Parts: sequence; C-alpha cells; structure tokens
Amino acid sequence: MAIDRAQVRHVARLSRLALSPEEEERFAAQLGHVLEYIERLKAIDVSGVEPLSFAGEASSPMREDLSRPCLPREKVLAQAPEQDGQAFLVPRIIE
Amino acid sequence: MPVADFEPVIGLEVHAQLLTRSKIFCGCSTSFGAPPNTQVCPVCLGLPGALPSLNRAAVEMAIKAGKAFGCRIAERSIWARKNYFYPDLPKGYQISQYELPICSGGAVPVPGLGTIGLTRIHLEEDAGKNIHAESGSQVDLNRSGVPLIEIVGEPQLRSAEEASEYLKALRLSLIYLGINDGNLEEGSFRCDANVSVRPRGTQKLGTRVELKNINSFRFVRQAIEYEIERQVKEIESGGKVLQQTRLFDNEKGVTRSMRSKEEANDYRYFPEPDLPPLLVSPEWAAKVQVPKLPHEVLDELTRSGVAQADARTIVADPRLVEVHRRVGGDPRRAALFVVGELARAVNEKEADLAALKFEPAQVAEVWKLQDAGTLSSTAAKEVLAELIRSGKPPARIVQEKGLAQVSDAGALEAVVDAVLARSVSEAEKYKAGKKNLLGFFVGQAMKELKGKGNPGALNELFKRKLGD
Repeated sequence: MAIDRAQVRHVARLSRLALSPEEEERFAAQLGHVLEYIERLKAIDVSGVEPLSFAGEASSPMREDLSRPCLPREKVLAQAPEQDGQAFLVPRIIE
Repeated sequence: MPVADFEPVIGLEVHAQLLTRSKIFCGCSTSFGAPPNTQVCPVCLGLPGALPSLNRAAVEMAIKAGKAFGCRIAERSIWARKNYFYPDLPKGYQISQYELPICSGGAVPVPGLGTIGLTRIHLEEDAGKNIHAESGSQVDLNRSGVPLIEIVGEPQLRSAEEASEYLKALRLSLIYLGINDGNLEEGSFRCDANVSVRPRGTQKLGTRVELKNINSFRFVRQAIEYEIERQVKEIESGGKVLQQTRLFDNEKGVTRSMRSKEEANDYRYFPEPDLPPLLVSPEWAAKVQVPKLPHEVLDELTRSGVAQADARTIVADPRLVEVHRRVGGDPRRAALFVVGELARAVNEKEADLAALKFEPAQVAEVWKLQDAGTLSSTAAKEVLAELIRSGKPPARIVQEKGLAQVSDAGALEAVVDAVLARSVSEAEKYKAGKKNLLGFFVGQAMKELKGKGNPGALNELFKRKLGD
C-alpha cells in the first residue's frame, strides 16, 4: 500500500516531528513498505482468534492505596529547559 | 423554523476524580492544593523507564460506581494509550480504557426524569494543569496520574435543564458512594457535553459538537442553551453544523471553536503494553459494598413519615442524612430538627456541618425534657439552638439559662391562689360566664412566675379553683 507525502506530513505533525522534504520522501517509501507487510499479515485468516492485547495474559498485579514520598521539586525541575522554581515553563498556550 | 421546532439531543461525559490517597499508577499523594510539582515522581512525570503500577482502590471505586448504576462489570478489561500532545501530558499519551472498559451499560436514576442510560464507565489517569499567563504557561504536574472515572451517558437528554438535573443527580450519587467529592470548582467533577439538534419528529441525529470547560451547573445550562441556539441559527441560515470541539467562555457566555485541538482528535489508540489486562473476578466484584443511593435514602425517609419536602432537603446533603440518623428517635421529629433548628443555625453561621460542635444524640435529651413538661416548646427551641452553638449538655443549658418550667403543683397552686385573691371581681365575672378571662388569670400567674410556669398546668388549676 502506497503512502503519500501528505499522509507522512499528517503523522509527523501528530508526533511533532519537523521533516525536510527529502525526509518526507524517504519516510513515505519506508512507511509504505511497513504497510505492505501489514497487508500481507491481513491476508491470514484469524477469524475465531481473540485479538492479543498483551503478551502473556498475566493478571494485573495491584498496589495498595498508600501514598509514598515524592521527588524533591529542585530535582523534578532540574532538567527542564525552562522553569521558574515552581513550575515548568512552556510557550503560552492559546485557546 | 424557530428554535422550538428543533429537538436538542444531549449526551454528557463526566470526569470524576476518585477519592484515593495515592495516584492511579504511582504512590504520589492526590491531595489538592499542594505547592506545584511537589507530588510527582518518575511515573507521573513520564520519565523514561518508569512503569505504572495499578492502584487497587481506584479499581474498587470504579466497580462500586458500576454496581451502583447497574452496569456490567467486565471480568477482563484492557488499558489503552490515547496519544496527543499537550504540555500537561508529560508522556505524550494518557493511559485510559478504550475498546474494553471496566463497566458498560447501566443507568443513573434522575429525580423527575426516571433513569438516564450509561454507555460506559472507564478508568483513566488525569493530566496535569496549565496555569496561563501573558508571557507563557506554567505547568503543574501534581494532578498528573490522579485516578479518574469517565462516565459516558447516552444521548437521552433533551434540554439544558435535563442535562443539569442529570449532572446534579450523578454528582450526588458519587458523593453518596464515597468515591468523589463533587467539587466542580476544584475540578474534581468535570463535564463535557455533546450537543446536536434535529428537526422535531425526525430520528436521524444531527452533527454533534463537543463542549468543554464547563465547571458549574449554571454554566452547563448556559453553554448548552447557547450552543443549541447557535446550531439552529447555523442551519436556519442555510449553513451546516461542523463537527468540532468548542470551549465555553463563561465570561462572555458563548462557545467558541478550539482550533488547536481539531487535528489532535486523531488519538491513535492502541493497547497499553506496560499494563496487563485488568481482571476483576465475579467474587471480587461481589465483595465490593455499595452504599445506598440518594433516591433510596429519600424513599426510606418518606416511608418513615418524614414530609417529602423535608426528606428532599435532607437527602441533598449527605451530612444532613448523617445528622438525621444520629439524632435518632422519631424520624419525623428528627427531620424537623434537621431542616429547622439545624438548618437555621447553619444559615446564620452558628454551625458548620463539616465540624459540628454537638453530639446529635443529645437532641433526644431536649425532647425528653420537653415531653416531661420541664421545658416549654419555646424554651426547648432555645435549648436546641444553644446545644447546636456550644455542644453543652442540655441539662446544663436549661440550668444556666434558667429555662425550666415550674410544673410543681404546690408551687403553682400558691401563685394561683395569690392571683385569685387579688382578682375577686374578675373571678366573679368568670363564674358568671365570661370564660375568656381564663387567659387573664394565666397571664397574671405567668408574670409572677417570670414566664416559666407550665401553661397547661396553670390552665387546669385555674379552672378547678373557679369551679369548672
């Protein structure tokens, strides 16, 4: 299945990736190959087979509802590109 | 066609924070109001390599909600990643449930509307919070990972008023279940509304618009009413309603398009590889206790003799239900105390339902004094008011305020005799048939007794002495 550059741009935008025109071209071809492989998988008859959502149907281990100490705030904010000592700073979100 | 020729179709999605101590996938505290970014860890910050660990209490609360509303509880449900970019979502995805939610079906009882069907209830994690400023936005991730249930209602609501009634009933039910604090202002109970319109009498649903950012019951009505009118106008003028997300602007009372989120509606859900399926055995589900819902408590109260209006007032606040229960005794009398003396004290800020100063069982002591004739009904009210204010033992209040009635026959008789001795002519007139003078005699005696004589006993005494 072919994938065009507009679709690549859409997916890149959803993933916040900035691609050059050459990259768009290259990924369109590569993603096309991935999809071709998926098409081949789709040819297999899986009627009557439950979709697998998790490898090994282990039951979910659960934690008791106890609160534990958190990270010190200096440490939390230390690696942020921008912060004001209390919060992460991001460009103004316009709605 | 005027607005009246269109039928609104409304379905609500409610996000309710669960009252757990810790977050859904990590041990960070969920308490509200902590300084920004002090309740975070590698899991809820989305740091690479951190793995989620499911909170059993959050699952149990979802089961509780499911059982209360008659949903099917899935023995096996799965987690999904909902992918989108937003500054308050550090992982770039929200762990939610998509294809197989924990609860499906069921209905919420709504007074006056019967029941409103539910599509599903699923578990998910909350995102952080953005604080907007002129120069930029601050991100606080304390809320990131707080457990939520999303309660998706069927599009069975037909007006803004019905939507608001449904929300009120749902909120109160969750409070009764003890799984949500119902606080709209703090954002622990949030609502999105899907609104569409269609010509009356037709079946086909119109294009729906999702309304976000509605954080009060008043805004729910305003936002939906505005949106209904906007859609009708759009159709009337020959246009088309576009499927979109709109934000309610509560200052201007209008909804406006959220362009930034349009493209993000492609959430690319896929099964969460970090969490195995959630298994809820029928035994576990059966063990989860479900407290009574508001409509059940209302039925109980009215059946026990409490007037409808009083029962409704009490049921509207679970704290009043608790006081009513603890007052005990005659349910009707206890209800009158709760909606009377107690409600008055609360209104006048003499009592705080969150921190009562008195033990509700003491109310019965006041009734006992009243029934024995020690307190007049006026005095009893005064003692109750003071009991609510101070929590002092009723007997001490009676003593300190000197409220006890004189019912002792000997003491009353002396006063009656004295009154009659100095009111000879009135006594003659009474005997001659002027029976309404009885009030005069009792009044004279009361004056002597500084208002503390037992009026019933005085009446009887005067009648007897005057030969009636």
